[in-house]
Amino acid sequence: MSTVLNVNSLSKSFGGLRALNDVDLQVDSGEIVALIGPNGAGKTTFFNCITGIYEPTDGDVFFTPHDEEERRVNGMKPNKVTELGMARTFQNIRLFKNMTVLENVMVARHCRTKAGILDALLRPPHVKREEKENIEKSYELLKYVGLNQHYNDLACNLPYGDQRKLEIARAMATEPSLLLLDEPAAGMNPQETASLKELVLDIRDKFNLAILLIEHDMSMVMSLSERIYVMEYGCLISQGTPEEVSKDPQVIKAYLGEESHA
Amino acid sequence: MQGLKQSIITSLWFMFLTFPIMVARVNTIENTVEWRWMNLAYVGVGVFFLSYVWRWALARKEAKQYEAPSTETAKKQSWLSRAMEEPAVARPALAALFALSVAMPMLVTTYQTNIFISFLLYVVLGLGLNIIVGVAGLLFLGHAAFYAIGAYSYALLNHYFGIGFWIALPLGGLFACLGGIMLAFPVLRLRGDYLAIVTLGFGEIIRLVLENWGSLTGGPSGISNIDRPGLFGMELSVADANIYIYYIVLALAIITMIAVQRLKNSRIGRALQALREDEIACQAMGIDRVNVKLMAFGLGTAWAGFAGVIFAAKTTFINPASFTFMESAIILSIVVLGGMGSNLGVILGSAFLVLMPEYLRAFSEYRMIIFAAAMVLMMVFRPQGLIAPKGRKYHVDDPDLIKEGEA
Ligand SMILES: Nc1ncnc2c1ncn2[C@@H]1O[C@H](COP(=O)(O)OP(=O)(O)OP(=O)(O)O)[C@@H](O)[C@H]1O
Ligand SMILES: [Mg+2]
Repeated sequence: MSTVLNVNSLSKSFGGLRALNDVDLQVDSGEIVALIGPNGAGKTTFFNCITGIYEPTDGDVFFTPHDEEERRVNGMKPNKVTELGMARTFQNIRLFKNMTVLENVMVARHCRTKAGILDALLRPPHVKREEKENIEKSYELLKYVGLNQHYNDLACNLPYGDQRKLEIARAMATEPSLLLLDEPAAGMNPQETASLKELVLDIRDKFNLAILLIEHDMSMVMSLSERIYVMEYGCLISQGTPEEVSKDPQVIKAYLGEESHA
Repeated sequence: MQGLKQSIITSLWFMFLTFPIMVARVNTIENTVEWRWMNLAYVGVGVFFLSYVWRWALARKEAKQYEAPSTETAKKQSWLSRAMEEPAVARPALAALFALSVAMPMLVTTYQTNIFISFLLYVVLGLGLNIIVGVAGLLFLGHAAFYAIGAYSYALLNHYFGIGFWIALPLGGLFACLGGIMLAFPVLRLRGDYLAIVTLGFGEIIRLVLENWGSLTGGPSGISNIDRPGLFGMELSVADANIYIYYIVLALAIITMIAVQRLKNSRIGRALQALREDEIACQAMGIDRVNVKLMAFGLGTAWAGFAGVIFAAKTTFINPASFTFMESAIILSIVVLGGMGSNLGVILGSAFLVLMPEYLRAFSEYRMIIFAAAMVLMMVFRPQGLIAPKGRKYHVDDPDLIKEGEA
C-alpha cells in the first residue's frame, strides 16, 4: 500500500496561538482515516493547511495523486492542490447558494475542463461536446448521491442534509485521489447519518480513493474508520485503530470522557 | 391606529424641518418676510399620505413573506422572465422587437434616433458592467473611466493619426480591456466596499488625467471634429450618419447581448459566479481566483471601450465632463435596478433610467429625486431587481427521473 498523504511535523500559528503543533499524519491509498478531537483542537485548521487555504508555519505536506510522483504541496495555491487531486468539503457549508444544484457540481469540474473565453463566445463543436459531457458527468454524480431530483433547484433551497451531500458530490466532481470531509454528519438526523455512512464507504470502494474524515459523531467514526488520529490543543495525543484509541486513557480523559460516548 | 399615529408624527416632523425653506421667504428687496402657510399644509398632507402608504406597503410585504414563501409568489414575480423562457413566446417577441428596432430610424425623428442611440450605448455599458458586478459580484464604481478610455482612444487616434472608426473600434475595446486588467492587479485582494472605493478612485484618476494633460487631450475643452464612421468612403449627411451610427450601436448591443449570454453559461461564466458566491469554496474547487478576477474585469471593461468609441463618433466632440462619477453611478444603477446578472434586466433598467428621463422632460428638474426615490423603493421592496436572477436551468434526459417524478 502506498501513502497518499504524508504530513511531517506540521505547525501553524495565528499570532501567539499555536493552532497546530508538530502534527504527523499519514493516509494510505484506499484507507478511511478519522481525525477527531474536542472543539477548537485544530482539525479544520489542519485541513486548511494541507489544502493551501492557510500556509503552514512549519513542516511538510507531501501528496501523491493517483499514478503520479509525490509532490510537496505546502504553500501551493488551493486551486493547484485541488487540481492535483485533493478535494474537500467544508464544516460550515460553503455551497454556491444562488447557483443551481447541477451548476454547483459543474463548477467543480472547472479544473477538468478546458473551454476558454473564445471557446465560450464561438462555441465550436468540441466545446459543445465538452459542455454536454460536463452536464452528463455532473448529473451522474448527483444521481449517485441521490440529489438528481433537485438538479435545477437553487442550492440554497435544499434541506440541510442534502446540502451536505451536495458538498460531497461537488468535491467528487474534481476527481480527487484524496477526499477530505469536515464534519459531514453535523446537523444530520440518525437516518441521514446512516445513509451518509453507506455513501462514504461506497465512494471509497467505487472511486478507489482515500478519505480523511473529521467527525464528532463517535458511532460513525468508530464504524467507518480504519485508523483514528486524536488531536487536542493542536497536538496529536493518540493514534491507532478504533479499539486502541477508545482504550487510550489520555483520549478518554481529553475527549471521550467529556462526551461520555462509547 | 399605530400606523396613523406614526404617520402623523412623521408629517409633523417634516413640517418642522422644511419650515425654513418651504414657508418663510425673505424678500430682500422690500425687506419683508413672506409666510407661505399653504406650503406647510401641502408638506404636511403629502408626507402624511406618503408615509402611510409606505407603512402599508412594508406591512404588506412582511405579511407576504410569512404566508406564501415558495412557488406561488415566485411564479407571480417573474412572469416576464418566465415568458422569456417559453420559446413560443420569446421567439416571436424577440423577432418583433428586432424588426421594430431595425425600422426605428425610419419611423422617428433624428432627435429620437439620438435618444435611442444613447439608450443602446447604456445597454452595452450595462451589459459589460453586469459581468463584473452581477455575475462576478465585484462592486465596481469606475465603469465610466473605461467608457472614457474607449472614447479617447478613438478621439486621439483620429486627431493625431487620422485613424478611422472601424480600426479604432477594436482598439478602443482592447485598450479598455487592458486598462481593466491593469486595474484588477492592485485590487485583487479587495472585496466589497474597499473594492468600490478603489475603483471609484481609479475612475476619478482617469478623468483628472484627461482633464489636466492639456497638451495631449485638450484638457477640459476636450477634442472636437472627430470623424464620423465612414461607409465605403461615402459622404453622409448628419441625419444619415446618425441613422448609420444607430445601426452600428444596435449591432453592437445585439452582439454584446449574445456574447454575454454565452459567457455567462460557459465554464468561465460559472467560475465567475462561483467567485461571487464564495471565494474560498471557489478556490477549493480548483478555480484560480486571480485569473478569474482578471477575466471579469477585462471582459466587463472591453464593452465599455467599444461603447466609448461609438460615443465619440456619435458626438464628434468629447471632453472629460462626459465621464464623471455620475456616469458610473447611472450605469451601476441600471445593473442594480434591472437585476444583477440578468441581461433582460439591463435592458429594462436602461429603458427606465435613460429613456424615461428623456420622455418625461417635464419632470427634468426632479429627475434626481425620482431617480433616488426609485432606487430606495427598489432596495426595500424588490432588492433582487426587476428581473430576479436565478440559476440557469439545464435539461437532462433521464428516464428514471421521470418515473420517480410520477410515482
Ligand atoms: N484564521 C484564524 N485566525 C486566528 N485563529 C484561528 C483561525 N482559524 C482558527 N483559529 C483558531 O485555531 C484553533 C483551532 O480551530 P479549528 O477551527 O481548527 O478547530 P476545530 O478542531 O476544527 O474545532 P471544531 O470541532 O469546533 O470545528 C481555535 O482556537 C481557533 O480559534
Ligand atoms: Mg472544525
